[in-house]
Amino acid sequence: MPVLSTQLLVIGGGSTGLGVAWDACLRGLKVVLVEQGDLGQGTSGRYHGLLHSGGRYVISDPTSACDCAVENRVLRQIVPHTIEDTGGLFLATPTDPIDFPDRWFAACQELGVSAEEITTAEALRLEPALNPRISRVFRVQDGSLDSFDLLHTLTAEIKRAGGQVWLRHRVEKLILNGNTIVAAEIRALDTDELLTIGADFFVNATGPWAGQVASLADIKVPIALGKGSMVAMATRPIHTVINRCRPSSDGDIIVPVGTVAVLGTTDVEVQQPTDTTIEPWEVDFLLAQGEILVPQLAYQRPLRAWAGVRPLYRPTTGELGETRELPRSQIILDHADRDGLQGLISVFSGKLTIFRLMAEQVMDLVCKQMNIAAVCHTAETPLTMTSRSFYKLPDRLAKLEVTTSHDLPQVVCECELVTRLAIEEALRFASTLDLDEVRRELRLGMGPCQAGFCAFRAAGIAHELAPTAPASGGLTPFLEERWRGMVPLGWGHTLRQMELTRRIYLELLQTHSLPEPTK
Amino acid sequence: MNLPLFTTDLCLKCNICTAACPVAAVTDLFPGPKFVGPQAERYRHPRLSMPDVSVDWCSGCGICSRVCPHGVAVAEINILAKGRLTKERHTPLRDQLIAHPELLGRIASPIAPVANTSIHLRPARWLLEKTIGISRHAPIPTFTRIPLRKRFRDRCFDTPLDIKHDIDHTVAFFHGCSSNYYEPELGEQTIAILERLGYEVVIPPQICCGLPLQSNGLFDAARRHAQANITWLAPFAKQGIPIVGTSTSCTLMLKHDYRTILGIRGEDVETIATSTYDFFEFLTIFVKNEINRIKFNSLHARALYHPPCKLRNHGIGAPALSILRQIPELQLHLSESECCGAGGTYGMKLEKFPVAYEVGQGLFNQISQLELDFVICDSETCRWWIAKHTGLPVYHPLEIMARAMDIQP
Ligand SMILES: Cc1cc2nc3c(=O)[nH]c(=O)nc-3n(C[C@H](O)[C@H](O)[C@H](O)COP(=O)(O)OP(=O)(O)OC[C@H]3O[C@@H](n4cnc5c(N)ncnc54)[C@H](O)[C@@H]3O)c2cc1C
Repeated sequence: MPVLSTQLLVIGGGSTGLGVAWDACLRGLKVVLVEQGDLGQGTSGRYHGLLHSGGRYVISDPTSACDCAVENRVLRQIVPHTIEDTGGLFLATPTDPIDFPDRWFAACQELGVSAEEITTAEALRLEPALNPRISRVFRVQDGSLDSFDLLHTLTAEIKRAGGQVWLRHRVEKLILNGNTIVAAEIRALDTDELLTIGADFFVNATGPWAGQVASLADIKVPIALGKGSMVAMATRPIHTVINRCRPSSDGDIIVPVGTVAVLGTTDVEVQQPTDTTIEPWEVDFLLAQGEILVPQLAYQRPLRAWAGVRPLYRPTTGELGETRELPRSQIILDHADRDGLQGLISVFSGKLTIFRLMAEQVMDLVCKQMNIAAVCHTAETPLTMTSRSFYKLPDRLAKLEVTTSHDLPQVVCECELVTRLAIEEALRFASTLDLDEVRRELRLGMGPCQAGFCAFRAAGIAHELAPTAPASGGLTPFLEERWRGMVPLGWGHTLRQMELTRRIYLELLQTHSLPEPTK
Repeated sequence: MNLPLFTTDLCLKCNICTAACPVAAVTDLFPGPKFVGPQAERYRHPRLSMPDVSVDWCSGCGICSRVCPHGVAVAEINILAKGRLTKERHTPLRDQLIAHPELLGRIASPIAPVANTSIHLRPARWLLEKTIGISRHAPIPTFTRIPLRKRFRDRCFDTPLDIKHDIDHTVAFFHGCSSNYYEPELGEQTIAILERLGYEVVIPPQICCGLPLQSNGLFDAARRHAQANITWLAPFAKQGIPIVGTSTSCTLMLKHDYRTILGIRGEDVETIATSTYDFFEFLTIFVKNEINRIKFNSLHARALYHPPCKLRNHGIGAPALSILRQIPELQLHLSESECCGAGGTYGMKLEKFPVAYEVGQGLFNQISQLELDFVICDSETCRWWIAKHTGLPVYHPLEIMARAMDIQP
């Protein structure tokens, strides 16, 4: 018996799912979205941070290039506060194919991807840390986009528009009536309760899990999983996105995101969406490739490494051979058409940059099937009530400047400048007193010391707000997650930082012998 | 990228520098050296304006860099940030003024008696405070009528080639602004001591080392001063003539700041850096045996020795101590404070004065409890500051040494 029924049930709370839910809200549909983890726990929280100009796809995937170029402009209008207008450069080094830049530039012009050649002297004036031996440089409209901010904004807007977003709820069963999906069985992970939601239509937006979720309805969606690893540097040596101007390959981009600069990526086939272990060679490779573009990286501190998993559509027979490069552009599967199953669309792959477009395409299809005439409004609806400007790196610091000692902010996380007030507010609105959730919202513990000096402070604040919960609430898992990201970089600066932190918690504070937090 | 900025990545966030910072200890308006240093640096975008001004509260004492267990050049990062701040904002007339001690000296010394009486008059101090923000409680030095260079015209040489004597027993004296315009007696005694020890003292051409400019964030001007000094001093250094100075902050500029903070590169600046010595450092290295053989007169007095921050930043210990300890009957106490608060021109500023004074409180208390005859300190601005706030005479250690060697000022 369904406990709730709605018009549309969206499965997956990444950028795609939230985008679909938001689009549906604007079209006037009743929407519920379920996400098994917290916001940003999937690929959307582990991505590279690039707001694509389209430049990276002009040769390999012209359609994606055009989509990116258009959506780049749209997102700058509707979510400017999540974007840093870094601009981007494409650099050719002397070892790259000599004819490529001309081909690439011609393709940009043909596809309407804005690009302009500048002299290497100009490039070095803009970014003095670049390798002075670069041979050609083009300027593009890249930016960086904070996905946590985007996901939080989307969630807030969906809720404001009357939609529901359920975190820590996992779809475990899809219930069919004949050849139509009618309901989903959902486990509330905090309480282990099972509930059923009935809906007129279902969208499977579970990214690398899309195959698994489709199989709940006995549908085969063959997906290959490609793990991409990234390394964040503790400080930004460059403030513009740096791409390598050569046929797209691994390790050819550095993105300044927030306080860090992210080197990426690799591409390794894995079996599970949760398979995100970093191999030593990946780190070595990314750092070596990064140094070709920005030599001083050799002397800088890598902060942490992590990986995200790309779902790549791999139909068993048909157009695409196994050996060919699998498309990274968005895949939208209409299961009525494809499998004779009514009421379900799967959407995955693509890019965060084009999440809005993907959602529009999905919702157009949904509306057609549901016979609803509503049209898409997301492209012209700013996501926040007030118009905000682009995010700027110095903002957080500027906000903490005081002129009298009366309004001194209490800075809890000194690296990322998170105040006590902000943490208290986040905890009050959070669904659980989970430090990791606070981290994703505020960047708590994401700076150079990786929570070494703020975790215990934040745990203390959480305890003040919920005195009955154990004071250790979530401290150990929070710290272990931080250390997991440092282990692949366990030498030099990073190792010393990690060991200092580990000695503080494991020996001085004995956190490993604290009682486990109860759910 | 400037060298110190690379060390931001070394910061382990331990906060030892914050705990040791004398300024953060007395005012909440300074969030501490780590906060405005390696931490804030991550948020400063080279193409956007500086988001923070609180780095301006840094007095530049350099304790943070000394205590950092992991090699972060905290003080250097902060002074670079101050330089950026000054470049972006308008520099107050006051800062321009106090950053040019040499210019002031040159203008005022011909009219020294008038200048001295008028500038130290109460209404004048009041006016200076109200109009341009120089605290009326801060010490202002007195100008001399005859600068050191005029007194020793015969020892001024433009190039080492002009020197007729034994190069191996020649030192080049970097007198700085204070010995030239404010305390020429100190310069006279320096020359006398060195001559007594068998050295010929030559005075190369020079201008203000540039530290007051640098501390006030006026980097371009500081760099011009540095370049001029490098051009003038390099021929002496290259001849193997040691450059000796009695102002610990000037010599630190020559040794360290020209390269590390002003970012000047090249053979000349390197040679100068390795040829420059603090006066007592020079004595303890080059004439150790001669000094040991000196029979110092006894000096029946109780004194406190306060090694200034800039001397500590040389990383040479306190070489004056070993010599002062040879003086019979001089009862020496050691300062228990890291910093007297003066911070060069820092304490002169109206808004900074209360902070600077508070920083010095520990030292002033110790001094008043000990019932001393005088205080000893190598740095001129610290001496003027301590004298003003304790009422005691404060001497350069070389003045005490001269006295114990029967050298009269
Ligand atoms: C290494 C890497 C780098 C990238 N870099 C960029 C970039 O720089 N720029 C760019 O534009 N794009 C980039 N992308 C692509 C971008 O990250 C993705 O296109 C985007 O994040 C996909 O979002 P999504 O919502 O489809 O998937 P996800 O973010 O993975 O969301 C799927 C969600 O579904 C949830 N879920 C799964 N199963 C269930 C279930 N049974 N019940 C409930 N919920 C479930 C998961 O928990 C997850 O949160 C990158 C991708 C990778 C892998």
